[in-house]
Amino acid sequence: MNEKRTPYISVENVSKVFGGYAALNDVSLEIHQGEVLCLLGDNGAGKSTLIKVLAGFHQPTSGIIRIEGREQPISSPRDAAALGISTVHQFGGTFPLMALERSFFVGMEPTKRWGPFKVFDRKKAGEIVVREMQAMGITRITDGGRLVGSLSGGERQVSAIARAVFFGAKVLVLDEPTAALGVKESAHVLRIIMQAKNRGLAVVLVTHNVTHAMTVGDHFAVLIHGMKADDFAKGERTRAEITDLMAGGEAMAELEAELAELSGAGKPSTSD
Amino acid sequence: MLDLKSMTRRPEFAAFVGTLFVFIFFAYFGWPTFVTSLVIAGWLNVAAELGLIALPVALVMIAGHLDLSVGSLLAAGAMTYAIITGYFGLPDIIGLPAGLAVGTFFGFLNGLIVTKTKLSSFIVTLSMLFGLRGLVFGVTRLTTSTVLVSVEVSEMVRSTFGGRIYKTFENAIVLWVIMAIVVSWILYKTIYGNWIFALGGDETAARAAGVPTDRVTIWLFMGSGFGAALLGVTQVALFGSAQVSAGQSYVFYSIIAVVVGGVLLTGGYGSPVGVIFGTMTFAIVSQGIYSTGWDSDWASLILGLLLLVAVLSNNTFRRLALSATDKAETPKAKPKPNQAPSEFTVTKEATNE
Repeated sequence: MNEKRTPYISVENVSKVFGGYAALNDVSLEIHQGEVLCLLGDNGAGKSTLIKVLAGFHQPTSGIIRIEGREQPISSPRDAAALGISTVHQFGGTFPLMALERSFFVGMEPTKRWGPFKVFDRKKAGEIVVREMQAMGITRITDGGRLVGSLSGGERQVSAIARAVFFGAKVLVLDEPTAALGVKESAHVLRIIMQAKNRGLAVVLVTHNVTHAMTVGDHFAVLIHGMKADDFAKGERTRAEITDLMAGGEAMAELEAELAELSGAGKPSTSD
Repeated sequence: MLDLKSMTRRPEFAAFVGTLFVFIFFAYFGWPTFVTSLVIAGWLNVAAELGLIALPVALVMIAGHLDLSVGSLLAAGAMTYAIITGYFGLPDIIGLPAGLAVGTFFGFLNGLIVTKTKLSSFIVTLSMLFGLRGLVFGVTRLTTSTVLVSVEVSEMVRSTFGGRIYKTFENAIVLWVIMAIVVSWILYKTIYGNWIFALGGDETAARAAGVPTDRVTIWLFMGSGFGAALLGVTQVALFGSAQVSAGQSYVFYSIIAVVVGGVLLTGGYGSPVGVIFGTMTFAIVSQGIYSTGWDSDWASLILGLLLLVAVLSNNTFRRLALSATDKAETPKAKPKPNQAPSEFTVTKEATNE
């Protein structure tokens, strides 16, 4: 992990203003391949805006984005896809009433010839989706025809990640992937994130959960009110410091003091 | 296609049960009139005509939109054909394609407005329904100073679009079968079918996945415009005249047929086979009533109730489809063979491809 190498994506002094309100204010980030960058922050801190900029849904008001050192605007979701940036949303960004084999290939359907026509190759789609899901540890899936909505939250999340990896994503942007999941499912998703990282993908992980972030993160950026409040590598901050930063610092310290007084206990125990 | 085990989970199953139910119902109360070829032709003709509109409208609805303008699109297609051939005396070979083109064009306009303005298709096509009706009235009166235009239909058109087989079964049935094959082909066999489902499921996610959502939406509205105009010209070919007020009832008939056929009103789910059953159910109820000797007013009551029951049962069947699928698995069977304690080590099994 040579710090000097060119980041796959560098976000340079990006601001995004919505009707006079700066959702992002002069934010700079480096996203490296083979690393997990955790984007931390409270609700409304600008995390969503930032990933929408990366996904091509929003254009920055000012600032630039470089891909492998070259200036490269991401002007549409299609652009983002072409640059290998794949965003997975909280609920897997999939279609609950579609068969897994259909949903997995939306926009990238495998085809075969049928006389003079090119048709959607559902058999192949089913085989691929079952294989990819099995490889990600979802061994329960044996039939690509089952509806996405019949999968659990974690399975849907994994299927969305599997999809991105299968289609050769270079950057995986995960928006709160573990927010709605239980402990075991979260663990599974985090393990998949590590797999993706070890394959050389850059992962941007947006999360509220400090434990999850500290488990898989290599680098961390904390956003507060649209500004980057801190930016540090693994091991440079303690859990308490990160939690404080995310909650806006003082507010959390005060609250904890108050709670300590009420319960007569010390600070909540931390495992790191 | 017909796998018995998963049949109950298919979107068309409820629609099939509905058709079977109304068929048995009217066969019982309308016996023996209901099973004569004349009555069967009666409801098949109604189903075929409605089906020409309902099938493309079903695609629009699976994609998450509504098309309320089909009534006026039908009238516009029919009137264009009638005015060009009946009033100006030009040959069918010009008039008929022109009628189809006009319907398709206004469908295109629907799609364009929906995608450019981001307004709900409900409002856009409702505006089109009224606006285009006014336009058809106005233009027809200005050119022909009547509201009914007769057409001398050529033999070629009569034997294809208009006309009847054995003097009872309309040629529209053949068109309906072709339409059903084309629509099913698109939805099941082509990649566009996948895009349509995705568009109806979640437009933003579909766009993010690279589906050209605007283009697909416009094509689908053109499809329903074409279907409506096709029925318009078919009716002109069949009856030898076009009326400006023709087709308005198809606005709701098509929605009933599509919803009874198992298509989710909010999009993302449904099947052409289901819509065919839904169309037949509608036709059987609206025509079967005549063979029972009851007052035909009761048909509307039955259709109203049927629509309600259909939506309720569709929800049930959909829940069934979303619930567990493999009987072998128990709810407890979790996806992970390797146990994951809370303090798990991530790097070890990180690359077990």
